[in-house]
Amino acid sequence: MFEIVSRRELAPNIVEMKVLAPRVAESAKPGQFIIVRTDRYGERIPLTICDYDPEAGTVTIVTQAIGLSSRKIIDMQEGEAFADFAGPLGRPSDLLDLPEEELKKKKILFVAGGVGTAPVYPQVKWLKEHGVEADVIIGAKTKDIFTYVDEMKTAGNVYLCTDDGSEGFHGMVTGLMKDLIDNQGKKYDHCVIIGPMIMMKFAAMTTKEYGIPTMVSLNALMVDGTGMCGACRVTVDGQTRFTCVEGPEFDGHKVDFDEAMRRQNMYRDNPKTNSEPNKDCKCNG
Amino acid sequence: MANRIPRVPVREQDPKVRATNFEEVCYGYNDEEAALEASRCLNCKNPKCVASCPVQINIPEFIHHITEGNIHEAAATIHADSSLPSVCGRVCPQESQCEGSCVLGIKFEPVAIGKLERYVGDWAIEHSGDLPAPKIERNGKRVAIVGSGPAGLACASDLAHMGYEVKIFEALHEVGGVLVYGIPEFRLPKERIVAKEVEAVRKLGVEIETDVVVGRTMTIDDLLDNQGYDAVFVGSGAGLPRFMGIDGENLNGVFSANEYLTRANLMHAYDPNYETPIYQGRKVVVVGGGNVAMDAVRTAKRLGAEAVIVYRRSEAELPARVEEVHHAKQEGIEFRMLTNPVRVIGDDKGRVCGLECVEMELGEPDASGRRSPIEKKGSNFEIDCDVVIMALGTSPNPLIKSTTEGLETNRKGCIVADEDGRTSREGVFAGGDTVTGAATVILAMGAGRKAAKAIDEYLKSK
Repeated sequence: MFEIVSRRELAPNIVEMKVLAPRVAESAKPGQFIIVRTDRYGERIPLTICDYDPEAGTVTIVTQAIGLSSRKIIDMQEGEAFADFAGPLGRPSDLLDLPEEELKKKKILFVAGGVGTAPVYPQVKWLKEHGVEADVIIGAKTKDIFTYVDEMKTAGNVYLCTDDGSEGFHGMVTGLMKDLIDNQGKKYDHCVIIGPMIMMKFAAMTTKEYGIPTMVSLNALMVDGTGMCGACRVTVDGQTRFTCVEGPEFDGHKVDFDEAMRRQNMYRDNPKTNSEPNKDCKCNG
Repeated sequence: MANRIPRVPVREQDPKVRATNFEEVCYGYNDEEAALEASRCLNCKNPKCVASCPVQINIPEFIHHITEGNIHEAAATIHADSSLPSVCGRVCPQESQCEGSCVLGIKFEPVAIGKLERYVGDWAIEHSGDLPAPKIERNGKRVAIVGSGPAGLACASDLAHMGYEVKIFEALHEVGGVLVYGIPEFRLPKERIVAKEVEAVRKLGVEIETDVVVGRTMTIDDLLDNQGYDAVFVGSGAGLPRFMGIDGENLNGVFSANEYLTRANLMHAYDPNYETPIYQGRKVVVVGGGNVAMDAVRTAKRLGAEAVIVYRRSEAELPARVEEVHHAKQEGIEFRMLTNPVRVIGDDKGRVCGLECVEMELGEPDASGRRSPIEKKGSNFEIDCDVVIMALGTSPNPLIKSTTEGLETNRKGCIVADEDGRTSREGVFAGGDTVTGAATVILAMGAGRKAAKAIDEYLKSK
């Protein structure tokens, strides 16, 4: 059993939890994910790691309630325990493989949307620890549903945007990306985008226009998450790849997003899944 | 020949009824049936059955104990060589192993060794409370085992008997590997059988930790260098599912058999109390002819679909066990032989609505000795369906290979190990599907046992 040592609500239906999982905390790296199961009846749900502390033995996850299982996760309280918490899974971010010299020369832009903001944080934090200050765009529909902004400000240069203009740049992340590059003289040679599929698709189209190499982190459906079932397959550059062992990060200019979005909704009509239509969220088309 | 008693038939659930539930198909022998069947054994001086058992169970001896009503002794005889008799009695391909070489089978029907093994195994489970935990002297050496499937359990149980302190690390949340995620409940009951045989392995002092993905949570080197293990056995099983590489394979409604079976078995998706969803399907086509294909198609049938097997060779070449094919047919599964898919057809929402196939004919024998299927040009036709399941085998999981330096793998990505499981890394042994590619439970157990012996020799020589 894996105890929830702290829990806080970041926004309506979005909850951050620190979970006691010393083996995972010991090995976790930015870009990786875990599989969590609430109890014996629960699904195995993949969630990207948002932070980790090997000394305390904790791993931080952020969950947004969009269906029955994610609702069950966020309803769990401090002191309660998950039946299972396995990981870290997937490959760490490619940035970790770069030689320090090369890394230091990089001008890196992160683009975060919605609940994808928290998983951007460990990458930005890791870069700061390695002497690289990255720019981070965080987009939300409106200012009340921003998450992880304060944390992110401690690690990188944060630029906010909202669809309704209630805070920061008035517009979508793609508009702010263009604004930074075209009007504020910013130059980037690497971009990492994490967020809803539809946002990743359009943000990656934008970086393609500017010729900026781009990685996206895919939140595909999974069952085992360890390279056995193939539920998470995705087409990248015309090839079938498995998100759980070959991802979750792939070249954003080569991912077939339309297929990925369609596959993400595979069980939408299933009586068990019980998806709650989320008014605030335009992801999943 | 003196033995004229016909092979005692085994009672089974009515096919029409069982095609709608997940309860076990076969009821097994009761005491009288087992005693009668056991009496058919000729107790050969040179028993061919033993030689063709991958773990060399002393078959005539355990059967002899049954004839004397001494089931406790029969169980002890089997346990000397196998920790999973209730499992193997159910899922071993006996017709090509022990029973296939039974002398009685030359003129008559072979002794039902598998059903007798199952009878003894189930007896042992029922009476496990009566048996004291064996007293084993510990030798102070520690062995880590990666994976709690048949290879890992067999290796662990032999090593524990030898006095080693053994710990199994399992990636999933349940113990048993393919026994829990792959083989369906109706062939191998999970709580009544698998969990009990695992419990018996635990009783030997073997510790099991779930949710540890070796290669990610910890590496093999961690285990050897930092966690104080003297040797490691890798029994991590088969890996990524294979697909055909045809158009439409990523449409919604196309699954690997691994995914479909994992949802149904490990995640209990057929049970409304469990939250994992599964596509029930109106008409399900399973592509492939092995045991996994049979398991998938029979699961689909039980979920209420019209269920079809599509296989590119003829029935004679089906790699599945004869009993499984027979059971599937009884349950109303349609078999379309000499048929090969060329494209999965989708509707405007990207959901499967058909499978385009081509007719095949058999040509010259290929490398495997089977006549190779050749496409009949222009014979394309469509099968109407809303789910397609690919049961085409697996390729090895890359996690351990990619995180263990100096561990040699072959062209296919399988770990290279000698007959006794020694790999290119000192102190690292491997066996089962991760070495051979997808094979059977009993071959994996055999590999686990051989490796246990090799680990013992290695650690004694250190």
